[in-house]
Amino acid sequence: MHYIDRVNRIEALTRENPPSLLPPPFLRWFAEKGWQPRAHQLDLLSRVSGGENMLLIAPTGAGKTLAGFLPSLVSLTKRGKIPPGSAFTGIHTLYISPLKALAVDIERNLMKPVGEMGLPIRIENRTGDTPAAKRQRQKLNPPDILLTTPEQLALLLANGEAERFFKNLKYVVLDELHSLVASKRGHLLSLGLARLRRLAPAMQAVGLSATVADPMDLQRWLAPQREREDNHAGLITVSGGARPEISILATEERVPWAGHSAAYAIGDIYRAIGQQKTTLLFVNTRSQAERVFQDLWTVNEDNLPIALHHGSLDVGQRRKVEAAMSENRLRAVVATSTLDLGIDWGDVDMVVHVGAPKGASRLAQRIGRANHRMDEPSRAILVPANRFEVMECQAALDANYIGAQDTPPVGRGALDVLAQHVLGMACAAPFDPLVLYEEITSAAPYADLSWETFERVIDFVATGGYALRTYERYAKIRKTAEGLWRVSNPQIAQQYRLNVGTIVESPMLNVRMVKHNARGNRSSPGRGGMSLGKVEENFVEMLSPGDTFLFSGKVLRFEGIRESECLVSQGYKLDPKVPAYNGGKFPLSTYLAQQVRKMLADPTRHATLPDQVRDWLALQKDLSMLPKEDELLIETFPRGSRHYMVIYAFEGRLAHQTLGMLLTRRLDRAGLKPLGFVATDYSLAVWGLEDLGAAFATGRPLLADLFDEDMLGDDLEAWLNESFLLKRTFRTCAVIAGLIDQRHPGKEKSGRQVTVSADLIYDVLRSHEPDHILLEATRNDASSGLLEIERLGDMLARIKGHITHRPLEQISPLAVPVMLEIGRESVNGDAQDFLLAEAADDLFDEAMATAARAG
Amino acid sequence: MQRLAFSLAVRPDNPAHAAPITVNGVAAVCDPLGGLYLPDLDILVVSDLHLEKGSAFARRGMMLPPYDTLATLKILEAVISRYDPKTVISLGDNFHDRIGSALMPDHFRQMIATMARGREWIWINGNHDPDGTVALPGSSADELHYAGLTFRHEPGLNAPLGEIAGHLHPSATVRRREKYMRRACFASDGRRLVMPAFGVTTGGLDLRHQAMRGLFDHQTLVAHMLGRDRIYSVRFVNLLG
Repeated sequence: MHYIDRVNRIEALTRENPPSLLPPPFLRWFAEKGWQPRAHQLDLLSRVSGGENMLLIAPTGAGKTLAGFLPSLVSLTKRGKIPPGSAFTGIHTLYISPLKALAVDIERNLMKPVGEMGLPIRIENRTGDTPAAKRQRQKLNPPDILLTTPEQLALLLANGEAERFFKNLKYVVLDELHSLVASKRGHLLSLGLARLRRLAPAMQAVGLSATVADPMDLQRWLAPQREREDNHAGLITVSGGARPEISILATEERVPWAGHSAAYAIGDIYRAIGQQKTTLLFVNTRSQAERVFQDLWTVNEDNLPIALHHGSLDVGQRRKVEAAMSENRLRAVVATSTLDLGIDWGDVDMVVHVGAPKGASRLAQRIGRANHRMDEPSRAILVPANRFEVMECQAALDANYIGAQDTPPVGRGALDVLAQHVLGMACAAPFDPLVLYEEITSAAPYADLSWETFERVIDFVATGGYALRTYERYAKIRKTAEGLWRVSNPQIAQQYRLNVGTIVESPMLNVRMVKHNARGNRSSPGRGGMSLGKVEENFVEMLSPGDTFLFSGKVLRFEGIRESECLVSQGYKLDPKVPAYNGGKFPLSTYLAQQVRKMLADPTRHATLPDQVRDWLALQKDLSMLPKEDELLIETFPRGSRHYMVIYAFEGRLAHQTLGMLLTRRLDRAGLKPLGFVATDYSLAVWGLEDLGAAFATGRPLLADLFDEDMLGDDLEAWLNESFLLKRTFRTCAVIAGLIDQRHPGKEKSGRQVTVSADLIYDVLRSHEPDHILLEATRNDASSGLLEIERLGDMLARIKGHITHRPLEQISPLAVPVMLEIGRESVNGDAQDFLLAEAADDLFDEAMATAARAG
Repeated sequence: MQRLAFSLAVRPDNPAHAAPITVNGVAAVCDPLGGLYLPDLDILVVSDLHLEKGSAFARRGMMLPPYDTLATLKILEAVISRYDPKTVISLGDNFHDRIGSALMPDHFRQMIATMARGREWIWINGNHDPDGTVALPGSSADELHYAGLTFRHEPGLNAPLGEIAGHLHPSATVRRREKYMRRACFASDGRRLVMPAFGVTTGGLDLRHQAMRGLFDHQTLVAHMLGRDRIYSVRFVNLLG
């Protein structure tokens, strides 16, 4: 019984000898290799031949790729080579992968059997890196199988030649589908799939996926949706493989109360690396990656080859690490999610997860990176960064044992993505809105899209969708006399091509090494040297020349900004800063949060926890209490000149932040003068000048009222008006929807310019057109994403009638972690003016002091 | 528009709200709405209105909201009614591009005419709008010298004392307890002053940016930052860095 597959039972498939399915070259090849075609490979082949769309869920190393391509390889073999001089034939099979590197990797892996069998099949990839000449040639003379990415598919579909190119399409193979569907990239891809079905109505989709919480979500995604029909792809689930050996790091060191660095465990991690051939170390954020890498090299007395890999590093450097990895020249790589997906990384024999994995499925997928052979167990060590994470790691480990999954649902299609797609379709050919509407609603994420909303999206694409009709004369798409929408001029199409896709990066600056000028003459830093990667512009702006920071595994000295580059030299200072990246932190999954609550509530399970954690919980039980699973514990206590309340909601940092904002508003109205709050994944601390405990004890206000669900009404609206989080979300929507271009022909706008204008546009739009469709798109995103309003709503409903207030004389053991976070978090919005006033008052004090000295 | 909403409570005579300073000996008040009032001369200075920015972008295929002109003019109305000045000087980049003033809808033209009634109005030409304005009250000029002050769009490195300019959209960043706040600001070392951008959809450039180099005496430079309802005056040496 394989670990991945306890929840999704296998559809057993042991059909006897279906040799007729495989043409002779395949049978010979299997025989020569001494292999048997696997049951799921044959089953998939047979069901696809029977005309079904299919979803294959299988663990790494199960021959998933070959299975996915088998129907198309067999079909192409039967078709044979197209004789020269035949009429134009479009591509036969389209393969979509979330990563460029994966498309390239698959080409190599697929060419091998195809070459060995001598099949008459042409396979090529097309990514952002493919030279223009090759792309052009591919359009004139398409390969049989094209390997590409969602963005390239969108570009191909927005081309006037799309119909010709795709008319012969038989199969679409969608790899790592679980990693795509729940995102805006997946939404765009679903619209592309709908268009492919119109161009080639008989086309079949084959999805390949890791185990997910709800396979039916993906099955629907793969099939065309129509009203009153339940259309979904067939499902094949592969079990097997050995159960992974996962443990939580056993350490003699003291596990810290708070923080994310896991610095305490570096010695233990280093020893573990030394005992293995190759170790993959996963962390959750790029800043953590930099820190862990730096800490490891500090103790690396044996000079083990340990490398660093994350999404902000220079591409060349990443490729070098990947190459060294596949040649087994490295002992360890510290990596973020860039290495999550199914690329072959050589013989990894252990995965170390530094910090809690935040999700059960994420852990399963990452552990799957160790050991590609299905029948040998993967080995993994979890390294909690603090004491709450010890419990979270234990919960993730238990979840893995029972095969529980917590992948996010597909969700409703985003409107900004739809706007981009509509413009792309107009670029391809003039469209009839009724026909396009039918096509779009056949994509599962957009099945519920109303005609009215669709019309608003078209209006937005055309003229911005404003009540004030002043832009009619500048319209991007116009309705012809025949009622078709077409692009106004070719520049619009060019603009679309430059800005296609849904990945909106925060504004970044390239980091380049220069020689440090010994005389400190900063006005002419030397000519540029090696490029190290990218850091967020916001971070760089906070640096002064001479400041040091940690990046690309080096201590760098900031020299200055030149054009769009951040110039640095070798730095030596201790205690460098570490760049933070927006949105880098994963929220704690609802499933794991629930498991941690359960664990906390059940003392019999504390026995499995390490001594330090067990003692901590026991102390909490003595001095305060441990909340029951569905109970919301609120502690209040005085400390210094302030009064604190700590709320143990266990709903993840984002939902807690939103809760904190709303609670402080309410407390303020109740006259309790809240001063601030800080949120962790597990709890929320609010503090103020008034005695919160006494106020709650006398029912002014009642805690039940304070935590009433109506919090998500007017208070939420009022707060959203000012929230900086919403501005960040708006920027992403505005870029994806094409309101703001990331890139403009001829002019590369700097990131900073885009950011500033997006914030200002948001303010203008809010005050003049609060119902604008992009604001609606922004609110939709925020409620499920950055603000986790839905999750907060679920929690408020759950804890109704289960709130326990515990007034204390002093801080409780469980409150320590969140209290330690106070002062580390960033402030925004209202609090900013407060701090500005402080800064200005300092100036005043200083002026007084100067006056006194002068006097 | 938030700027407008929050600033209505400002009392210009309160030094905490609007900062009184001198530029080359001439008294001036930095208002959190973004205007500079010179009480002895009864002049109100604003800069970089960038009117019709939205439609300038729309012409090139980016449909920014068409409300920026209205929003900027509303704030301008508020600051004019607060000081009721004899003269208004708009320091250039009054429009986002050359043809902005010709294409501006009549409604906005009317608003400006109403504001300008009974006052002198001087449009200084900027790099975005070097050709002056079309069919608007007031006169245009490249530069204006008056009462020991020089009004022009772009600050010059070898400018005379008392230069009041715009163009750079200065902003400043303050660091407090490891937190950063960035705001548009009036920048002055007492000898010259660079105005914050007044238009609602204009971005900012940090005072430490190269483009600012050589303009100010850093020892005496103060950033008068625009807060919600008051000016925060912070010395350059106390800013980030």
